[in-house]
Amino acid sequence: MPALTAAKKSSRPAARSVPHAPELIFGDLWEFDPAPETAEPKLKSRYDLFINGQFVAPKGGKYFDSNNPANEQKLAEIALASPADVDAAYAAAQRAYEGVWGKMPGRERAKYLFRIARLLQDRAREFAVAETLDGGKPIKESRDFDVPMAAAHFFYHAGWADKLDYVAPGRRVAPLGVVGQVIPWNFPLLMCAWKLAPALAMGNTVVLKPAETTSITALKLAEVFQDAGLPPGVVNFVTGAGEIGAAVMNHPTPAKIAFTGSTEVGKIIMRGLAGTDKKMTMELGGKAANIVFDDAPLDQAVEGIINGIFFNQGHVCCAGSRLLVQESIAEKVLAKLKTRIRTLRVGDPMDKNTDIGAINSREQLDRITALVAAGVKEGNALYQPSCKLPAKGFYFRPTIFSGVSMSSRIAREEIFGPVLSVLTFRTVDEAIEKANNTAYGLSAGVWTDKGSRILKMSTELKAGVVWANTYNKFDPTSPFGGYKESGFGREGGRQGLLDYCKLV
Amino acid sequence: MSRLPITKTPKVYVGGAFIRSESARVYPLKDAAGEFYANIPQCTRKDLRNAVEAAAKAGPGWAKRTAYNRGQILYRLGEMIEARAGEMSGALILGGATPTAAAREVAASVDRLIYYAGWTDKYEQVLGNVNPVAAPYFNFTVTEPMGIIGVIAPDSAPLLALISLVAPAITSGNTVVALASTTQPYPAILLGEMLATSDLPGGVVNLLTGFRKEMIPTFATHTHLRALSGVVNAEERKNLALGAADSVKRTHLLKTEDKHDWFADTAQSVYAIRETLEFKTTWHPVGA
Repeated sequence: MPALTAAKKSSRPAARSVPHAPELIFGDLWEFDPAPETAEPKLKSRYDLFINGQFVAPKGGKYFDSNNPANEQKLAEIALASPADVDAAYAAAQRAYEGVWGKMPGRERAKYLFRIARLLQDRAREFAVAETLDGGKPIKESRDFDVPMAAAHFFYHAGWADKLDYVAPGRRVAPLGVVGQVIPWNFPLLMCAWKLAPALAMGNTVVLKPAETTSITALKLAEVFQDAGLPPGVVNFVTGAGEIGAAVMNHPTPAKIAFTGSTEVGKIIMRGLAGTDKKMTMELGGKAANIVFDDAPLDQAVEGIINGIFFNQGHVCCAGSRLLVQESIAEKVLAKLKTRIRTLRVGDPMDKNTDIGAINSREQLDRITALVAAGVKEGNALYQPSCKLPAKGFYFRPTIFSGVSMSSRIAREEIFGPVLSVLTFRTVDEAIEKANNTAYGLSAGVWTDKGSRILKMSTELKAGVVWANTYNKFDPTSPFGGYKESGFGREGGRQGLLDYCKLV
Repeated sequence: MSRLPITKTPKVYVGGAFIRSESARVYPLKDAAGEFYANIPQCTRKDLRNAVEAAAKAGPGWAKRTAYNRGQILYRLGEMIEARAGEMSGALILGGATPTAAAREVAASVDRLIYYAGWTDKYEQVLGNVNPVAAPYFNFTVTEPMGIIGVIAPDSAPLLALISLVAPAITSGNTVVALASTTQPYPAILLGEMLATSDLPGGVVNLLTGFRKEMIPTFATHTHLRALSGVVNAEERKNLALGAADSVKRTHLLKTEDKHDWFADTAQSVYAIRETLEFKTTWHPVGA
C-alpha cells in the first residue's frame, strides 16, 4: 500500500528519499458518529406553478413526484406544466415587463434584489436542507456554498441595477424584454440566482424552468419573491421535464433565451432557434483538464484535484475530470490521490461529515455506471476505495482511472459523476496540446510554482475559466462561461450583464 | 494606332498568395454600362476550406503579435488604400457608384481602418477587468480572439462594409475568411493587393469571390470557423444558424432587409471587436 509522506517537502531534488509515515486510515479504526443536520426544510406536500406572483395549479391538473435521491423517498409533488401554462407565464412576464419592471428606475429594482438577497440569507439553513434533500448534495456544500453564493449573486447584481451606464462604456444599454431560462439539476438554487439576478438587474422579466428532479428550491425562492413584494410576473416558474423546457425555449415571446445544461441539448435548442432573432447564452458541458507540473505544491494540488472532481459528486460542468500529471511525478501523485480518496466519506448527504453525497437520479447513476464500465472495458486501470454505501438511494464510489489515453471515452465524454481520468504528459507543449484536444472549453486547472508558466498556460488553454493553484472557485463578480462547444456568453461580472441587454 | 491596354486578371488573395479558384471556374464581371470587364474567380467550398487552413496557420502568430504591432499594421493597410484611393474608387465606379460616392466610400474605409488601428492596444482596457472576488484570490478577466471568423459581405457598400466586418475581427488577433459581394467583387480583388503590401501576415485575411449559395453551407458547418458575421437574408440566416448549432458556433448576422448605414459612427465600435472575442477569467490564490 502506498504510504502518505508525513512531512511537507520540496519536490526538488526529485529523487530525495523520505521516511515513510504510517497512513491515516479513516473509518477503519473508528466509526464516525452520525452528525445529521436537523434544521427544518419547511417543505410543502405539493408545489404549484409560480405565475404572475401566485402559486397556481397546472392547467392539466397533473403533478409529478420529487424524490430524495439519498433514500428514494418522495419529498413533494410538483406541478406538471403544459404548454398552456407556459403561455400564461410568458403573458405574465410580458405584462410585468411593459407595465412595471422594464420602466422602473434602476434604483428601485435594486432594492427588490437587495431584499431578495437578505431574505434568502435569513432562511439560508432551511434552503440548504431543502437543497440537499431534493438534490442529494452534501449539506456542507449546500450550506457553505450553494445558498450563500445564491444570495451573493442577488446582492451583487442588485447594485448594478442603477449603474447600468457603466456596463458598456461609450454606449447606453436597454433591457431585452422577456427572457426564457432553463437550468440544470446540479446547482438548482444557485443556477436560479445565477440566471435571474443579472436578467432582473438589467430590467428584463423571466420565465424559468428548473430541472425536473430539483424544482423545490426554485419554488421556495418564489416564496421569498412574494415576501419581498416583487411585482407579479417579474419572475415566473414553470416546472416539468424536457418537453416543457422546449416549450420555454421555443416560445415566440422571449427576446432572449439562456440555457445551462448538456452540449447535446444546447445544440438542439440552437437548431430550434435558427432563423429567429432571439439572443442566446449557452452554458454547456465540459471536460476540463487539471494540469499538475512537477514543481507543484503536491499536497495542495492533491486537495485541488479532489475538490476539482468530487465536489458535488462530480455533477459540475467545470469539474476537473481529466487530470494531466507530468510523467516524473505521476506515480507519486496517483499514490497520494488513492490515499486521499480512501478518507472521503460517501453517504447520507444530510450528515455534516459527508464529502460525497447521493447521485442526483437513477438515470444519472446509470449513465455514470455505464461510462465507468466502458472505461474498464477499454483497459484503463480502475481504483475505487472499499467504502460502505447506504443500502437505499443512489450512490457511486469515488473513482480514479489511471493510464488513460486521449482516445478513451472516459477522457473525451462528460461523465458528470465522481470519476477522474488520469493522463500523463512530459512537456509544457504536450500538456497544452492534450488539454485543448477536446470539443469542450469551459475550464482548466494549472498547478505549478512557476509564475511565468501559470501565465503561459492561462494564455494557451482554450477555456473560459482557468484556476491556477486552486480549483472550482466561483464568485458573482467573476464571469463564467465557455469556449468552443462549452457554450457562449458569460454569467457573472460586468461581462455577464452585457449578455442581458442591448446597446442603444 | 492606339495601344491596346493590358487588363488585369482578377485573382483572390488567400494565404498571402494570389490564386484562381481550384475549380478553374470564373464568372463574368460587367461594368456599369453592361460591358464585359473581367472574369472573377468563382470560388468553391474547397477554396473556402483551403482558406480556412491558411487562416489556421496564420492565426497563432497573428494573435501573438503585440497589440502595438497589430495597430501599426492596420494603420499601414490604411496607408496602402489611401495611396491607391483613385484606383479603389475606380473599382467602386465600375459597380455603378458615382465618382463622389466612390471617393467617399474609400475615404470612409480608410478612416475605419485607422479607427480600429487605434483600438488594438485599448479594447482590452475597456472590456477586461479585475474582479473583486470575496476570497483571497487575484481574479482577472481578459479577452482572447476566438480564432477564425467567417465573414459574408453585402452588396451595398462593397468595400466599406467588407472592411467594417473584417477590421474589428483582426484588431484582436482573429484571422478571417471573407466572401466578398457577388455582384461587386472587384473592390475585394483590389483590397487583396493592398493587404499584400500592408505588412499583414499572409493568411490573416483571406478574401474569396463567388456565389453565396455555393459557399454558405460550408461557412455554416466548417467546425474550424469559430464565429460567423455578415449581412445575410432570412433563408441564409436560418441555414447558417442551423449549421452553427452543430459546433456551437457564434453568429452575429445582420439582416439584408435592414438598412445599414455603414458610414455612420455607430457602424464602428469596440463592441464590434467584442463580438469576436472570448472572455477568459483566471484565478490565483494570494498568499506568501
